[in-house]
Formats: sequence, structure tokens, C-alpha cells
Amino acid sequence: MSLLRVRVADVQQITPLIKQFTLVAADGTELPSFSGGSHIVVAMNVEGRIHRNPYSLMSAPEDRHAYKIAVRLQEKSRGGSVHMHTAVNVGAVLDITYPVNLFALDRRARKHILIAGGVGITPFMSQIADLQRMAANYELHYAYRAHKHGAFTEFIKSTSADQAHFYVENEGGVLDIRALLAKQPLGTHVYVCGPNSMVVSVLATARDLGWPDRHIHSEQFAAPPAGEPFRLKLAKSNIELVVPAELSMLEAIEAAGVDAPYLCRGGACGRCELDVISNDGVIMHHDHYLSDAEKAAGKKIMPCVSRARCDLLELNI
Amino acid sequence: MTAAFKQQTFRDDYTYQNSPQAIKRFPFPFGEDQYMYSVNIEPHTKGATGSVNEFAFDIDEHYLSECEDKRKTLALDPGRYQALPHMMDAQWDFLELTMESLAADYPKLFSLVKNGKHWEWENKPLGIKTAFIFGDATTLHMQPFEFMGRQVQGDFVLLDQREGTLFADAGFITSQADWSLAFNVGMAWHEWHGPVPQVTKLGVMDRALKYLMSLQLGSPVRRLNWTMTINPRLDTSPENYPLWGGDRNKVTPDNVGELVHLRVELQGLFRLPRSNGILFSIRCYLISMDELSTYTRWAKRFHRVLKSLHPDLVEYKGLTKFRQMTIDWLSRFDDGAPLESGTHPE
Repeated sequence: MSLLRVRVADVQQITPLIKQFTLVAADGTELPSFSGGSHIVVAMNVEGRIHRNPYSLMSAPEDRHAYKIAVRLQEKSRGGSVHMHTAVNVGAVLDITYPVNLFALDRRARKHILIAGGVGITPFMSQIADLQRMAANYELHYAYRAHKHGAFTEFIKSTSADQAHFYVENEGGVLDIRALLAKQPLGTHVYVCGPNSMVVSVLATARDLGWPDRHIHSEQFAAPPAGEPFRLKLAKSNIELVVPAELSMLEAIEAAGVDAPYLCRGGACGRCELDVISNDGVIMHHDHYLSDAEKAAGKKIMPCVSRARCDLLELNI
Repeated sequence: MTAAFKQQTFRDDYTYQNSPQAIKRFPFPFGEDQYMYSVNIEPHTKGATGSVNEFAFDIDEHYLSECEDKRKTLALDPGRYQALPHMMDAQWDFLELTMESLAADYPKLFSLVKNGKHWEWENKPLGIKTAFIFGDATTLHMQPFEFMGRQVQGDFVLLDQREGTLFADAGFITSQADWSLAFNVGMAWHEWHGPVPQVTKLGVMDRALKYLMSLQLGSPVRRLNWTMTINPRLDTSPENYPLWGGDRNKVTPDNVGELVHLRVELQGLFRLPRSNGILFSIRCYLISMDELSTYTRWAKRFHRVLKSLHPDLVEYKGLTKFRQMTIDWLSRFDDGAPLESGTHPE
């Protein structure tokens, strides 16, 4: 997988929980342009272990001088977001993947409705830049818990004053998803990124109102949860290793020197799917990719977020 | 390199031919005696110096002749260039990728000077020099995809990724092996691959689609495909079938070496940055049986491939009328001794 080496040019505390990092190419060249909704995966060395976390790109896609990402300090961090908040400062050098887009705008849409919850605002920042450049018809509906948690609201007001709507929960702001979707003209696409409850609600409401599936877009990255350690056997590589509690299975496979495929590292894209050969316990599926039937069958696993509660799991890699 | 560009034709009097250097670098696709359809995708990384894989887009001795053939085909049938309205970002992606690649890889032939969004492009072989504003289509005298499509050898399709598949929503197609842009534009992946035999049941197209959907920016891939063409004709389109279809009946045991050509497509796939689309490039290389048999190893190999080719593929590739004559013609080179694996000429 091709990587880009970047240097941290700036760090800003945006809200009590969110820091924004500005990244420039370490060799001073231009970075690739990208499409709104793209993310990168940042590799970080946390006490000798390589963590790789996905973050949405927030800068304007046309700006090839710098990328911006926002990192929310996670309460149940395995170390990645804490590391970014405490150990990554101006001048630090990081390896990132080329931008990947799993949350692209449909350019044929007659209208775009963007629904963000909390830090779910991040992928919309670059999408808004694209929509403005294309002079597209769009609305942003942005909900967050309290005024102090409303990241980037001033910037959004300055660029999308007519299109942006804010809902501050502790000030009584309520986003009525059904009312919002019910009044949209034919040809509208809806995009949602935020907490699971919000995503589920938007998807269910849109389907209930008869929206075609191809007009409904969501991005939901799962963070790989910690769990119990277990033994992992890689059949093709003929390697046996232990997945420790705080590393994902994918990170443990990479640490063993095996080149495993991946794109989103959040259980969304399906790229890292592996075949399960045997398993003497229970697979803990945490992805949004496999169907319920596939999860129940236990023949496939997404090692970026899922793990097992077992003694030995054998995979075909 | 400018001095080495040839002025030859791919139609009417068919003066096209390959120099010894062009023959030696021909992308011969058969590493084994038996051909099996496969996806055979590999990273499109920098290949050996002088090889067709050295650069993202190969410019060779046929550059001027091929650009002129494109111009003629397009003048006769403007429908060979089509782009749906939502593909404008992909058009600029194509322009950027081709201009940046050509200027970096062939600095004596092409130059690109950027000053913010103000770009200056010079194509010395074609005598084009123009200044324009990147992203502003009103500053070019034709659409960006057409503008650069005319200046790079090969055919190009821009794919839009949505709804879990890929749509062929723009194309510049003047050297196709019997498929039609007018027919395929706007089609989804499984629709335009519908006619390929032997692959649906293998699940090949499902796997290839999944692979391409996750194709990454900065990591293009390539593969080779092949068929055969009578006369060195680039435009073997269904629209112009009356102009070339009958040539299959002109093959005789005496003119196989001159008339029958192996046609190899170097196909590239590039993720595009702004549009999140994919560029599918199809570069066509033609070599006559006379030229191919300069290297006995290739003649032997191709003889065995043709002999053992699955009947469905013979039919699909349109080889029925002249396959046996070509096998007979090539048999003089084949002593039956085993050939080691590999596509190398000697």
C-alpha cells in the first residue's frame, strides 16, 4: 500500500475533546487532491506498537498544500486518540495512506441533505467545499450536545450561512428527522454521519418514507474495541500469534509482519475480510459490513474491528 | 524522440508497421502455451527502461500516426467522445493526470507550467501550446477530457463509482476491439461485461468489481488483454463493421504474415482524486504475424495458444474465419520442443 509521509504543521484545540491537526507533505511537495467525504488512515507508534486509525479529511479537497483532520479524544481509547492528543505536536512526522472515499457525494443528486451528529461533522467539511465549488443545492443539519462541543460552527456559519442549521441539545434544539426528510423534493440524496442511534434513525426514517436505498448514504466507523487476548493461527503464513487485549486483530497480524489488505479500518468497507478456518469459541463481530446471516455463519471476519472470545482462531491468510 | 515519430496509416492503404525496436518491446501476453481467461491484474508501477510499462502512459513511434487516426475517426463520428454532465470533475482529473504524467515522463516532448490555477501546456509533437484556468472549462476550446484524449495514445473510459458498482459515464473511444461507446455509455459494470463468455459462472466479474471498488489513489493497476485484427486497423468498431468485417474473408495462406495481426491491449486503471472515479485506459498495440515471427519463441508460443484456445473464446474474439490458417502458417516455426514460461522474446 502506498503511503504519504507528512509533517504536523499546526495543532489547534477546537473543543474540549477535539484537536485539529494540519498536515503538510514532509518533502514539501503537493499532496494529492481528493473528493469530499474522503478519509486517511494515520499510522502511529504507541509504545512500540503500530496503531492505525482512520480520520476524515476536513480541508478543502482542492487545497494541495495541507490536509486537516480532527481527532476526538475517545473515552475508551485503546491508545490512538490519547496518543494523538498528548504525544503528537507540531513538527511530528507521520505516515498516512492516500485519501480513500467511502462516503462520496452522488453528483447526479438534485439536492443534498447532510445530517451530522457531534464529531460526525468531519466528513461533511470537505463535502461542503465540493458542493460549494459545484454550486450544488444542499443543506447541512448539525446536531451536538452543548455549545462548547459544537466544533467548527463559526467556520460553517462563515461559508454556509444560508444552508446550515444547528441543533444544540442542551439548549432544547431537536432535529426532527422525519419532518426534514418528508418535505424534500424527488431526486434528493441524504447523507448521515454521527452516533449509531442517529444513523439508524435516519436510515430507518428515509426507508419508511420510501426513499430509494441508492439515495441514502451513511458513514459509520466503528472503533476496534479492546477485549480478551486470544491465540490466532494464520494458515497461509504459517504463523501463530497472540492478539493482545488492546490491539485489533488486524494490528496484531501486521505486527507479525504479514501484509493484510485494508482500507477503512472501521468495519465499513469490506476490504480486509478474511475467511475463518476454525474457531473454538465465539466471534465478536463489530463491523457494519457483513450481513447478519454471514455473522451468524461465522465463516468470515473483518479483522480491523472484530475479534474472538476463544482460545484459538484460525484464519486463511 | 520527435525525429523517430512515423507518419503511417491505420486505414485505407495501411502503411503502419513496427520498427525492430517496437517489435522487441511489444507487450507479448502469453507466458504459457495455453491461454486461460484471468483477471491478471498487477500494480502499474514503473517498468523496465524502454518497456511499454516504463511510464503511466506509453508514447511510442506511432504517436503522431495514432493521434491523426483519432482525429479522423472523431471527425467522421463525433459520438466516439461522450461525457455525461456529472463527470466534469473526472474530466479535470483526467487532464491533470495525463498532463502531469507526460510532462514528467517525456520532458522533451511535453511541458506543463502551473501558476496556481493558471496552467500552460505545450505538446511539441502536435504543435499545441495553450494557457487555461484549471477547473474552468470555458478557458479551453473543448472539454478537458476530449482535449487530452486527443493527445494521448489509446482509448479512455471514465467510471463513476456509486450504488455499489461502477458506471461507464464518459468515454473517448476510437480504437476499440468491436465494442460501442454509444451502446455502453451509462452502463453499470455487470451490464457491459454481460457478453464475456466463461466468466460469469466463475464469479470473476464479481471479484474484479470488488477489487476495483477499493482501488486506491496512488496505486494504479494494469492488465493485458488480447484479440486479433485483420490489417493494422485501430477503429474496429461495430458502427464501422462494414468497413473492416469483410477483411476476415481476404486472408489466404499466402498473406497471413502480412494481414493477420495480434492485437494487445495494455489496460490501466487509475483512481481519480477529485471525482473518486476511475480512469480505465486501453492502449492498443498491433503486430503482424511477419513481425511477431521475428522472434521464433513468440511464434511458437502463439501457435500453441491458438491451437489450444477454448472454442467459446475463438467465437467471442471473432477468430473463427482465420484461426486455422494462422495456426498452419505459424506451424513452420514450431518444432514442438518445450518452451519455458515467460513472455520474453528470446
